[in-house]
Amino acid sequence: MLKDKKVAVFGERDDVAGLAVRNCVEAAGAQVIYETTSCFV
Amino acid sequence: MNPVIRNSSFCLVHTPDLVRYGSKPRRQTSIDCSHGERLAAGLRSFQAAVDYPPNQVFIGNLSPDQLGAMPRPWYQAEKQASTTGPFGEIISQDLFYAVLKQADILHPPLVELTGESAAELQELLQAHKVLKDLDQGHWQGVAVQELSATITGDCLPLTTGKQLRGCIRRDDRAEGKEDDNLASHILLEALATKASAAIALRRLLHREGIAPQQVDYLISCGEEAVGDRYQRGGGGMAKAVGEFCGCTNASGMDIKNFCAAPASALVTAGALVKAGIYERIAVIAGGSLAKLGMKSAAMLEQGIPVLGDCLGCMAFLVTRDDGISPVLQLEHGTVGTARIGSSVSDELVYRQLIIDPLSALGLTMKDVDKYAPELHNAELMEYSGSGDVAHKNYRMIAAMAVMSGAIDKSDMRHFTEQVGMVGFAPPQGHIPSGVAYIGHALKAINEGRLKRVMILSKASLFLNRLTGLYDGVSFLLEANPAANNPP
Repeated sequence: MLKDKKVAVFGERDDVAGLAVRNCVEAAGAQVIYETTSCFV
Repeated sequence: MNPVIRNSSFCLVHTPDLVRYGSKPRRQTSIDCSHGERLAAGLRSFQAAVDYPPNQVFIGNLSPDQLGAMPRPWYQAEKQASTTGPFGEIISQDLFYAVLKQADILHPPLVELTGESAAELQELLQAHKVLKDLDQGHWQGVAVQELSATITGDCLPLTTGKQLRGCIRRDDRAEGKEDDNLASHILLEALATKASAAIALRRLLHREGIAPQQVDYLISCGEEAVGDRYQRGGGGMAKAVGEFCGCTNASGMDIKNFCAAPASALVTAGALVKAGIYERIAVIAGGSLAKLGMKSAAMLEQGIPVLGDCLGCMAFLVTRDDGISPVLQLEHGTVGTARIGSSVSDELVYRQLIIDPLSALGLTMKDVDKYAPELHNAELMEYSGSGDVAHKNYRMIAAMAVMSGAIDKSDMRHFTEQVGMVGFAPPQGHIPSGVAYIGHALKAINEGRLKRVMILSKASLFLNRLTGLYDGVSFLLEANPAANNPP
């Protein structure tokens, strides 16, 4: 589903961090074009 | 010999008329001037803030478990609650203005009061048995018309509703001119931190029944960054607060680590005591004015009172083992640290924060009675759209328990209910970060209801724009083996 798709990743410090999402979507063949992890507190 | 946390204090300062000077409301008002009116209409009364159940948990009149069992919305709870609790007090804005004025040491002063307010606030401070010693005699007032005429440019009015109490100015002395770091809103942040930390420290000394001269070291761990253009964030808050409170025999320093600074400060204080360098250390944290009203836009949109209207402040007394108080476990390998090389993986970070310290003691995750992670007020966070932060942290903790083999995956919910709690602390960054639970933890351990608590604190280092890392610090509080705690 994600193979060869471009993905923007928005992670959260107190939930799923951006890097974890990046690793997952890259493993599924996607290209991460933007990644960030935010702190909402 | 491990050190102990002998005592703690937790206070809230209800500052509705300072919410507009929080970072987010200030920015919103600069874009849309009508925002200020909407904000003012959404503010709570002092009694409503006192009655608010999460605030009652913070000062110790309710337990987190009692809060968790209460129906939502909490802000509609009807109760004539007390301003004081076993851990501290909820302070009114007027009393805070009195302390704020006393915290200002500059000549000419940064904070000026109207003549009428000066007299009223002095009386208020003198009537407060715990805070009256903060009176430094700084009470010269200015006629209200004269003061009003000078509130121009970089000067912020201090009000109680529509009543002008005074103002705070930028540093307009020759050495302060043209320095963006000495603008009125930044100096207000710094003075608010100093004043609120002093409130918490005075409360701690009162609870412990010791004189300020008996403290020999102070560590401040707030989120402020004080200093001028050449050393923004240079520090000195600990000694400024110590001086204000009369801790004439103490030295001190500030520790910076974003929200995890209090956990880092407690570990450092414990290490200094364990090493025999100091005997009685007060770890102090004032409130974050910048974070007032941080989530207010979401509250206003939903017709909910602005719940982020309080500064949080706290203090802890770390001493040598007294044979009674809960022990700050500092044996080798028992302090959880997120190593730089591991911070690329949540799993590794949590392993180093939770599993490794427990393994060093031959323990598993089931040997901890309570975990205290980010304990942000659940109601406030959910209304703001950020979700229940405490719950998210417990989900990660439970996942680690599964991965470490301590529990089965099917037991995650039960485990979380057992070792967790609902978030109750004001969204003040360093205040909710695990340490907000320490008052309850000390009480429960002293009463024999808990044996071991893990404080788990996180810090968004990436907010400094210098790294992508986040940090974590954890430590264990344990029943004192020499104490004869009831079963």
